[in-house]
Amino acid sequence: MMGGQNSKKPLTSVGVAEAHAGLAAGQFTSVDLTRACLDQIERVDGALHAFLRTSPTDALEAAAMADRARADGDARPLLGIPLAIKDVLMTNGIETTAGSRILEGFVPPYSATAVQKLKAAGAIILGKTNTDEFAMGSSTENSGYGPTRNPWDLERVPGGSSGGSAAAVAADEAPAALGTDTGGSVRQPAAFCGIVGLKPSYGRVSRYGLIAYGSSLDQIGPITKTVADAALLLEIIAGVDPQDSTTMPVDVPDLSAALTGEITGMRIGIPKEYFVEGIQPEVEAAVRTAIEQIASLGAEIVPINLPNTELALPVYYLVVTAEASANLARFDGIRYGLSIDGDTIFDHFRQTRGAGFGPEVKRRIMLGTYALSAGYYDAYYLKAQQVRTLIKQDFDRAFADVDVVLSPTSPTTAFRIGEKVDDPLAMILTDIFTTSANLAGLCGISIPCGFDSDGLPIGLQLLGPSLGEEKILRTAYAYEQSTNWRLRRPEL
Amino acid sequence: MGQDHGAFLWTKLSSLSHEEDDVKLTREEVQHVAELAKLQLSDAELDEFAGQLGQILTYAQQVQSVDTSAVPPTPRVLPLTNVLADDESHECLSNSQAVNNAPDADDGYFRVIAVFDDPGA
Repeated sequence: MMGGQNSKKPLTSVGVAEAHAGLAAGQFTSVDLTRACLDQIERVDGALHAFLRTSPTDALEAAAMADRARADGDARPLLGIPLAIKDVLMTNGIETTAGSRILEGFVPPYSATAVQKLKAAGAIILGKTNTDEFAMGSSTENSGYGPTRNPWDLERVPGGSSGGSAAAVAADEAPAALGTDTGGSVRQPAAFCGIVGLKPSYGRVSRYGLIAYGSSLDQIGPITKTVADAALLLEIIAGVDPQDSTTMPVDVPDLSAALTGEITGMRIGIPKEYFVEGIQPEVEAAVRTAIEQIASLGAEIVPINLPNTELALPVYYLVVTAEASANLARFDGIRYGLSIDGDTIFDHFRQTRGAGFGPEVKRRIMLGTYALSAGYYDAYYLKAQQVRTLIKQDFDRAFADVDVVLSPTSPTTAFRIGEKVDDPLAMILTDIFTTSANLAGLCGISIPCGFDSDGLPIGLQLLGPSLGEEKILRTAYAYEQSTNWRLRRPEL
Repeated sequence: MGQDHGAFLWTKLSSLSHEEDDVKLTREEVQHVAELAKLQLSDAELDEFAGQLGQILTYAQQVQSVDTSAVPPTPRVLPLTNVLADDESHECLSNSQAVNNAPDADDGYFRVIAVFDDPGA
């Protein structure tokens, strides 16, 4: 069914815009589409494990309602379109675990603002997707419920932490999904799975109802089959929210209007520090070919310097673990989640947290607690925040000269399951090109730009200044439309 | 190709790191941090974390080589300060919704072990 020879595309191959058009034209109903997605999940998710749970009954009921609403003239942009939601996002009445055993059985009494906005636009929730526990990881292997597999090669990771969402979209289980990106967790799995992942600027999308990991870094973003779908979903989930004082009080631009295909005269910066020795040669070659392609579309290629690049990962790991150690203090076995009795209240906390958190979460809480503890605060945490300023200033200078900064999304294609599990430092190095955007509050997108000799997808990253989503989407769309990478699908 | 994944920066890293600068944590230090974080760790975890945290901190130490004497910290990237909300009531969760997920709720309250008898409190 999913191979290239069949001239009639399966219904599950549609993205969001295509689904909207098909529903509006009466080519298929929301019940058809939702049932096709559920069937596809039934067929392939045993092997992939992209979903932690689905809500088939509620989804089909909502689809039937959407079809009736459409008959009555309802034309909301996502009406009747089923979507997958990363399990760190709260969904009212649907179990939400953040991939952690400590939250097993937790049923939120409200939905994240981003989820609420999707539903208000007519979307249907298919289910919750797998993630590294509390989004801490780059491979989805740190899930408390077992790893997700890459649809292009079941022996490989889908990336992470939004690996479930990326695998679900790449495997045509859902037209699109929401992920979250703290150090690359939307962009890197999108790259590993051959699809599009958009990390909005910090403050663009409300974090209300997102189970917090690194509060100064976290952003919710769409994971989609096309650049146009990413623009469409961001327009819907973006905007100021009284429930999140860190949302930017600015109007959401008409992002779809930026998708003209026209990039003549745009200045694309190529940071020499991002093309260091050790990038997988096929990744570098594919990205260099993409640069030539973008130049041939009329953009100007400008060599730039980001001298503090090497410091981004150490800064990121000090900042994010410090914030995580504070954020995860709330899991105490009193108000929700796992609870293990102890002799005293503090013993209750120790036992509950010791039993409920997995190894990576414990490691990050420990590292963050250490960096914030008496005697080490100035040397690690404060110092990291100062160097963060230097990293941000690198980008401020760069964006005074160029519109977009281009690089690989990840130094390699998808690695093998188990390859880095016992080596936490090797695992974090996969985030080398993505963490800077979170530290500096930038927006970024990963789009497919080729395949390696094993047939694994390669991702191209475009970074833009804070609130510069129109620039990266414009560039991404022009490149996407001039290539055919998006048409290649995994065989499952 | 797979065996090369992630190896590239190790070469760079090892050239940066001199053994005398390596951060080494004792089991007692790890136990102290675990107590601050209220995490019950097994003996095996204490030993494992002592090694791994030392390794990651050795890597993170790079930040200390940068002169930041004139650089202000960036705890957040937004150009916003003092975001205020109007002082008015809004709809909120009901009492039963608020305690609905509690492992041990009683009459609309969270039940906990008495705090003041705890010598560790």
